[in-house]
Amino acid sequence: MDNALNYNYKVVRQFTIATVFWGVIGMLVGVLIAAQLAWPALNFDTAWLSYGRLRPLHTNAVIFAFGINGLFATSYYVVQRTCQVRLFSDTLSQLTFWGWQAVLVLATVTLPMGFTRGKEYAELEWPIALLITVVWVIYAVVFFGTLIKRKVKHIYVANWFFGAYIIAVALLHVVNGASMPVSAMKSYSAYSGVQDAMIQWWYGHNAVGFILTAGYLGMVYYFIPKQAERPVYSYRLSIVHFWALIFTYMWAGPHHLHYTALPDWTQSIGMVFSLILLAPSWGGMINGIMTLSGAWHKLRTDPILKLMIVSLSFYGMATFEGPMMSIKTVNALSHYTDWGIAHVHAGALGWVGFITMGSIYYLIPRLSGKTAMWSTRLIDLHFWVATIGIVLYIASMWIAGVMQGLMWRAVNADGTLTYTFVEGVKATYPYYVIRFGGGLLYFSGMLLMAYNTFQTMRATASADAKIPSLLPLHA
Amino acid sequence: MEALYLLVPLSLCIVVLAVWIFFGAADSGQFDDLDGPGARILHDDDAGPSGGI
Repeated sequence: MDNALNYNYKVVRQFTIATVFWGVIGMLVGVLIAAQLAWPALNFDTAWLSYGRLRPLHTNAVIFAFGINGLFATSYYVVQRTCQVRLFSDTLSQLTFWGWQAVLVLATVTLPMGFTRGKEYAELEWPIALLITVVWVIYAVVFFGTLIKRKVKHIYVANWFFGAYIIAVALLHVVNGASMPVSAMKSYSAYSGVQDAMIQWWYGHNAVGFILTAGYLGMVYYFIPKQAERPVYSYRLSIVHFWALIFTYMWAGPHHLHYTALPDWTQSIGMVFSLILLAPSWGGMINGIMTLSGAWHKLRTDPILKLMIVSLSFYGMATFEGPMMSIKTVNALSHYTDWGIAHVHAGALGWVGFITMGSIYYLIPRLSGKTAMWSTRLIDLHFWVATIGIVLYIASMWIAGVMQGLMWRAVNADGTLTYTFVEGVKATYPYYVIRFGGGLLYFSGMLLMAYNTFQTMRATASADAKIPSLLPLHA
Repeated sequence: MEALYLLVPLSLCIVVLAVWIFFGAADSGQFDDLDGPGARILHDDDAGPSGGI
């Protein structure tokens, strides 16, 4: 069997299974830490189970494990099918798979052990950070190598989004990771004080912009048209908003540092660019949703499409809320409160989670030689359970967040603070319980997905699909 | 705000790179046909056990 005549489905299948697996792990840790905030006894007086150590395990597991495995799977699938050529190198793509899983296992071990750089979404210590760099360079070689040997002249728009995400992550990781190791598992950042904070949040917000936005827009631009059997609503808009997005995102980072030691003018730049960002973001949302023109009726019966379209609704919501929260006066209330958590999880559970799930549900049957998932009704149940979970999650955290902000700033007539900090914590308790319930529902949805995936894929082997001869519609 | 001595030049380099890539793509005809590519992916039959056409 001449490999060059087939697509490499094996590595796509591996990453797809990994996505579902790590989704369960990452969300399970999330449910545990949510419970710990409501009921601190669940820290069990054990260092490696304590909230402080498990929180970064949760964020790393959902972003780098669930999220990025999903991006690996979909980017490898999309680049092959749209370029009508097998992946650049089977060996290198296997290296990215096993290398990335090694990174994730190391994270799972070292974070609860307390090894951390203390930088949000960049906690992994320097040896693991080096491994990430190596895997990422190989990923870039595989992805761009495939693009270079493409048989279709036009580079389909989804690949621009994937390409930008890969390049951006390389840049962000290397710059923010610059550090001086002092022992096997300890290093110090090359930057310090508010300088370090600025670089950290240049990194942090671009991680949101290039991983959690650009990468998943890559999924949107391929899997939504394919599932809806309709072309992208406006191909022109997809190109315009891509360039607008990648130019604007780089400057939004300072909105994480309002009213800190960061210079005022830097904060203002972050605020202004964050507001401008609303336009290209909504361009993407509108493009994706309007792709359903002429196919709205499919939403009645297709839960995969429901997941995809609702993901865009949450994307629109989060990209409206984000700019609003970037306004300094709003931020003065919202910063450090649970409103930030509400915002993150609308984006994470609603946008990133749902588009990943929809895309993975699309892929699984095709990677298993089936025409559909084992149970379409289970996908529908997953969708509804998860959506209710999201609504409970964000509503409770909105209320908690605004309440915290108002309580912290309340002053008596004589100028003294009305509430002690701990009174705010106590008032938040019922909302932590509701949020735990919402998260538990979302996690249950993930378990349904894992079960459905297992039933669909078991006793099937990976079979590479044949590359079709070049279609006459030459672009 | 010394971090800006790194971030601003770095970001400007990225902008220059992005502009270069954009014009390179536009000049080589990547954006000439904005109707074909959208429809093309729909003609790619990736359903079913054998896939491909």
